[in-house]
Amino acid sequence: MNSTTKHPRPLSPFWNYRWQYSNTLSILNRLTGCALSVGLILFVYWLIAAASGEASYANAQTVFAHPLTKLVLFGFSFAFFYHLANGIRHLVWDTGRGLERSAARTSGWVAFVGSVVLTILFWALVLAGGAA
Amino acid sequence: MSLRSPIGRVLGYGAAKEGVGHWWSQRVTSVALVILGLWFVTALVRLPDLSYALVTAWLAQPVNAVLMTLLVATTVYHSKLGVQVVVEDYVTTAGTKVVTMLVLNFLHVALGALGIFAILKIAFGASA
Repeated sequence: MNSTTKHPRPLSPFWNYRWQYSNTLSILNRLTGCALSVGLILFVYWLIAAASGEASYANAQTVFAHPLTKLVLFGFSFAFFYHLANGIRHLVWDTGRGLERSAARTSGWVAFVGSVVLTILFWALVLAGGAA
Repeated sequence: MSLRSPIGRVLGYGAAKEGVGHWWSQRVTSVALVILGLWFVTALVRLPDLSYALVTAWLAQPVNAVLMTLLVATTVYHSKLGVQVVVEDYVTTAGTKVVTMLVLNFLHVALGALGIFAILKIAFGASA
């Protein structure tokens, strides 16, 4: 066989499978994970500001009070709850349970709707407590 | 000559020669983060406000300082493991992959060190 001949290589499943809920939830887990890695910068910034004294903490508070930052924080909170809920789903799968089609579909819905509810509940409690 | 069979010598080792180490670490940190993450979110909600006085007093409590340190350390490690898989999946050039991972590793260690130092400074520095 001529090694320079171009042979059609098999495509990754990613390219030829129909788009459906399972891969949507899967890629969302990865996206939220990456988002949370970035969000780690804001989290550490908050801690450093608190450790640097009252003036720098006041600066950080004005940064966090900005509507755009609020929006970003809202996004991070959803990413946190989704990654948490879907992460638990993955941990259950790792034990060999819940892999059947109907069970996986149900747990997918629970993870997604649950994370939306938790995000709303979290902000409702934070705003009610005046912490924001 | 070894009496071990060829299959016995390779079992548990993938191409990376370290078996399931990465995969297992990711699961262990996941379980830890379920606990630490829920604790942190609950604590955030329970704080009446996030003022300087309240936040530093809260961080100065021994149990909070220790759990926060564990949270930062575990999060940074879990994040490093996760981001590594993404880089391995999407960065195909060997050189770029190594450099990207090196930069990300440095960033993760730096963020972890900054976060933990901040917590300890508040915990040891405050009189509360």
